Amino acid sequence: MSDEASTVLPIEFHEVSYIRAETRVLDGITIRIAAGKPTVLIGPNGSGKTTFLRLAMGLLTPQAGQVLWAAQPQCPVTRMAFVFQRPMMLRRTVAENIRYALRAARAAGDAGAMRATRERESARIDELLALVGLEALGQRPARSLSGGEQQRVALARALARRPDVLLLDEPTASLDPAATKIVEDLLRAVAADGIKVILSTHDLGEARRLAGDIILLHRGRLLEHGSSSSFFNAPVTKEAAVFLAGELLL
Amino acid sequence: MPFIDPELFTIVALSLFVSLSAVMLAALIGIPIGALVALTQFRGKAALIVVLNALMGLPPVVLGLLLYLLLSRAGPLGFAGMLFTPQAMILAQTLLVLPIIASLTRQTIQDYWSEYRDELTAMNVSKRRRVATLLIEARFSLLTAVLAGFGRAVGEVGAVIIVGGNIDGYTRTMTTAVALETSKGNLWLAVNLGLLLMIIVVLINVLAGLIRRAGERLAA
Repeated sequence: MSDEASTVLPIEFHEVSYIRAETRVLDGITIRIAAGKPTVLIGPNGSGKTTFLRLAMGLLTPQAGQVLWAAQPQCPVTRMAFVFQRPMMLRRTVAENIRYALRAARAAGDAGAMRATRERESARIDELLALVGLEALGQRPARSLSGGEQQRVALARALARRPDVLLLDEPTASLDPAATKIVEDLLRAVAADGIKVILSTHDLGEARRLAGDIILLHRGRLLEHGSSSSFFNAPVTKEAAVFLAGELLL
Repeated sequence: MPFIDPELFTIVALSLFVSLSAVMLAALIGIPIGALVALTQFRGKAALIVVLNALMGLPPVVLGLLLYLLLSRAGPLGFAGMLFTPQAMILAQTLLVLPIIASLTRQTIQDYWSEYRDELTAMNVSKRRRVATLLIEARFSLLTAVLAGFGRAVGEVGAVIIVGGNIDGYTRTMTTAVALETSKGNLWLAVNLGLLLMIIVVLINVLAGLIRRAGERLAA
C-alpha cells in the first residue's frame, strides 16, 4: 500500500515527548514511518518502544509534540490494529474471540466489515483461522491455548478488521523458536499483503529477518532510523554499534 | 418435629420468596450501578464509592426503623399501605443487599477493566459494548456477589421483623421465627429452624457453585 492510498500512512512524530510519573519516557522524537516493508523498533528495556507503539496507535496522547496520521491529527483507529505482548483472550472459544473482533470492527463502521452477514462472518473466521494455522482449534477455549497459539489468535483478531497498519509489541518475546517462526512467517505474509507492519523486538535476529527499516531507541531518544541493511552493516552512532555488538547499552 | 409441620413450609416459602425477590431486584439495580460507577469518570466518584462501601455494613435495624417511619400510616409513604406486608420486607432486604451487589460489582468490573482496557480500546469497542463485554466476562464473579447478597438477605432479621411485623402465616420468615421461638423459650424449635435455614443456604450455594463450575467449564 502506498502512502497516497492510505488514510493512516505516513505516521509522523513531530518533537513528541511522553512523560510518565515525572520520567521522560520519550524525548523529542521526530520520525516519519511510511508504507513499505516492516518497521522494527529495537532498543534495551525502558527505551520507550512500547510507549512509541501506543502513541502510534493513538492509545496515548503526547504531553509535547504531535502525532499525525496521513497528515491528520485524528488517529484513524478503525484502520489500525494492535497486538499486545501478552494478548488478552476473552473467556470464549477461539472462533468466538475472532467473531468478537469482527463485530467490534463492524460496529465501529469499518467499511470492509460493514456488510458482513452471519455466513460471511463465519467464512471470514475460517479464513483467518486458516491464515494463522489454527483451523483445528476454532472451538477450543482461547484461554486454554499455549502462549504462541494465543499470540496467533491475537493476530487473527487484529487482522479481522483488515487494517492498513498492524502494530505489534514484542509479539515473540515469550515464544519458543518454533512458535516464533510461525509468527514471523505470518508477519511476512501480512506485509506482503500490503499491510504496514510496525513491531518492537529485543531479538536482533528477528529484526534482521523482518525489517525493512529499523528504529533504535535508547532512554526515550531516537538514536537511529534507517534501512535495515545500512543499520546492520554501517551503524551511524556509537551506541548502535555497541548495541549490535551485543554489549550492554547503558 | 418442625420438618413435617405444614406451617413451617409457609415460613420457608415466604423466606425464600422475600429473599430471592430482594436479591433479584438488587441485582437488577445494583449490577448496572456498579458497572457504571466502575467505568465512568465523574466528580464525586471517590465519595460515592466510600458511601457504597459503607452502606454494605448498614445495620438492618436502622434501615428497618427508617422504613418503618416512612411506611407507617403517618409517614410520607403511608398511603401505600405496605407496612407489615411481604412487599415491605422485600423492599427492606433489597435496600440492604443493593450496596453489597453494587460495591462488589464495581470492584469486579474495575478489575476486569484494568485487564481488558488496552485490548478493547485498541479494538475501538463502543462504550455500551465494553460494559456488556465486561459483564459477560465477569459473570461468574458477579454470581459470587449475588450470592453474598443472598446470604445477607436470607440471614437478616432486624429489618424484616420491624417492617414485616412477624405476623403468623403472613410475614413470618425463618429468621423472625427463630427470634420469636427463642424469646418464648422454645429452644428446640428455634435450633431446628436455624439448622433448616443453614441447610437451605448451603444448598443454594452448592447449586450456584455447580452452575458456576459448569459455566466456567463451558466458557473455558
